[in-house]
Amino acid sequence: MTHAPLSSPTPAAPFPSGAGGLFRRFKARPSEDTSAKRVQFNSPLLPYLFLAPQMAIIFIFFYWPSVQAIQSSFYLEDPFGFGSSFVGLANYTDVLKSNEYLGIARFTAVFTALVTFFSLSIGLLLAVKADGVIRGNAAYKTLLIWVYAIAPPVAGLMGMMMFDQHIGPLVKFAGLFGWEMKVGLNYNDTAFAMIVVSVWKQIPYNFIFFLSGLQGIPVSVREAAIMDCRSGLRRFWTVILPLLAPTAFFLLIINTTYALFDTFGVIDVIVKDKAANNPITLVYKVYMDGFRGNDLGGSSAQSVILMIIVFVLTIFQFRFIERRVHYN
Amino acid sequence: MAQINITNVSKIYAGGVEAVKSVSLDIADGEFIVLVGPSGCGKSTLLRMVAGLEAISKGTVEIGDRVINDIEPAERDIAMVFQNYALYPHMTVYNNLAYGLKNRGTPKAEIDARVAEAARMLEIEPYLTRKPRALSGGQRQRVAMGRAIVRKPAAFLFDEPLSNLDAKLRVTMRGEIKQLQKRLGTTSLYVTHDQLEAMTLADRLVVLNGGQIEQIGRPLDVYHTPASTFVASFIGSPAMNLLRATREGSRLHFGSQVLESDRLSALPTELTIGIRAEDLRVARAGEQSLTMKVDYIEELGAQRLVHGMLDGKKLTAALSPEIELSDTIALTIAPSRLHFFDVTTGKRLAQIVDGAVGKREDTGALEMAGG
Repeated sequence: MTHAPLSSPTPAAPFPSGAGGLFRRFKARPSEDTSAKRVQFNSPLLPYLFLAPQMAIIFIFFYWPSVQAIQSSFYLEDPFGFGSSFVGLANYTDVLKSNEYLGIARFTAVFTALVTFFSLSIGLLLAVKADGVIRGNAAYKTLLIWVYAIAPPVAGLMGMMMFDQHIGPLVKFAGLFGWEMKVGLNYNDTAFAMIVVSVWKQIPYNFIFFLSGLQGIPVSVREAAIMDCRSGLRRFWTVILPLLAPTAFFLLIINTTYALFDTFGVIDVIVKDKAANNPITLVYKVYMDGFRGNDLGGSSAQSVILMIIVFVLTIFQFRFIERRVHYN
Repeated sequence: MAQINITNVSKIYAGGVEAVKSVSLDIADGEFIVLVGPSGCGKSTLLRMVAGLEAISKGTVEIGDRVINDIEPAERDIAMVFQNYALYPHMTVYNNLAYGLKNRGTPKAEIDARVAEAARMLEIEPYLTRKPRALSGGQRQRVAMGRAIVRKPAAFLFDEPLSNLDAKLRVTMRGEIKQLQKRLGTTSLYVTHDQLEAMTLADRLVVLNGGQIEQIGRPLDVYHTPASTFVASFIGSPAMNLLRATREGSRLHFGSQVLESDRLSALPTELTIGIRAEDLRVARAGEQSLTMKVDYIEELGAQRLVHGMLDGKKLTAALSPEIELSDTIALTIAPSRLHFFDVTTGKRLAQIVDGAVGKREDTGALEMAGG
């Protein structure tokens, strides 16, 4: 019997190999009360082994491209891949001196602020109202949530149909008030459509989080507030909203990132590759210059700038807004 | 401060479940009323209707001379202490206390003064700047009390305020609540499922069962003259022994065992006999007695609870720890200490008993005819 060790019937040793030994021997440390759930590994290598797949993904899909982007932002690349020449900071100065770029940056700022504000506030409003509904609230919540299941390009497509020049109900509706909406032609109309579709797409996500946040507020605390404060609106501002702050802060960061990056699909469908006079955001500009304009260096410089903006924004949010957040 | 009048109040939920059935209760100014009963008896629902957290389906509730059925909870001039404290977790202790006053537009100086006074009374002054999560359970309960006190309401409502505390703290806080209520003289309505808490706190206690009032009375009156078998088994620890018996002339038959008294003649022939464990004592030689087979013993220190069987039925006796025990003991009881209840309704047979057997003070075991 050549396989004797493997087919060993001893039930106590299901992993006769060396790796099995590692698994068998890590055990909970019972003595330390603060880390009751902490696992002690016998081999110092094992935890890193567990982390390795995640680290690999982060490295390959995040750090490596970042480093590549930073590197190529200092080069002028040949569009056909025949080489590149070092140009120092020229890509950056070109971008920052460009009026077009600054205009897009201004639009991105306004766009991000409006999308974040409206998707958060409408999501919150719906969550508060849905939380108050007692009868048939499951159907209610489902209807509000399922928009989230739609893929961004599809949402953009549906949004575009709402704003279609000939069949769009929203265009007809606006027409009732004498607003001749020309999405795709008029800068402001296009911007309006982009914001509406982006907000619409993000509301369910915010709704889910706000609703679960609201349901996490103890009933008795609400009741105590009812006894203490007559005005429902005042109760909302002084008790409910502060208790929702952790959720709101998390959503603020998520929504800012969403408006900056994840609206790409929506914008792509609306401007259909032909930015022309239409409003676009910085991330779409990166794509346009890099993949349509074949200016990899400039495009890389833009994405590095975008990276820095997000970095600064996140630090700002954590430093100045999170301080006011009460975690229970 | 005010009296509270609850008149024919019912709570009917959607689906027709009647949680509270036409309850009437008049609470005098400054009185401490405890609502007690098992879970689901409607005591919390009743309290929450007074608070305004549940709508009143039928009947009226008056606080002072004002019908408050349709008045907002915050305008009812009441303050409530919740079971799980319900402190605002994002506010400091000071703000927790001040919140209700701020919303009523109380001037800042007065808020400061009232919070300081309440904090001194409850000894929570060192914690005013802390958040609730930095406090222990007992301290949180004090803050919850403080939040009620600073409002100087017409009435306090307590919804099982001590059930989240450990046993020792519960006893301390119980005493403090009682003292505080006496000092402030504020009308209070207190809900608990703990009969001991009810006994020790109440001026009058209200025993609820199935949404209806079983008995209202001072704690000792309820203890000594329970209106029904339900009250008898709910109030008092250990619970009152309830035994079926038949009467033949002046003899009570507990299965094969017999007690005899010449004053039972007016009672029906079938009845339920109630016996408090502490009213049983070991029979002296020659006395008539009931023989109990001992099953097990619980030592309480001052007392010893002897659990056993009397002719196949469970019986508990509270005896002095000095008495030596064997497998069977002969127990006796003064007939005046027996409680009689109707077999079907469970109601106390008050008139008949008091007329026939007499007050419990004036008789003793020795009057029993020798058995």
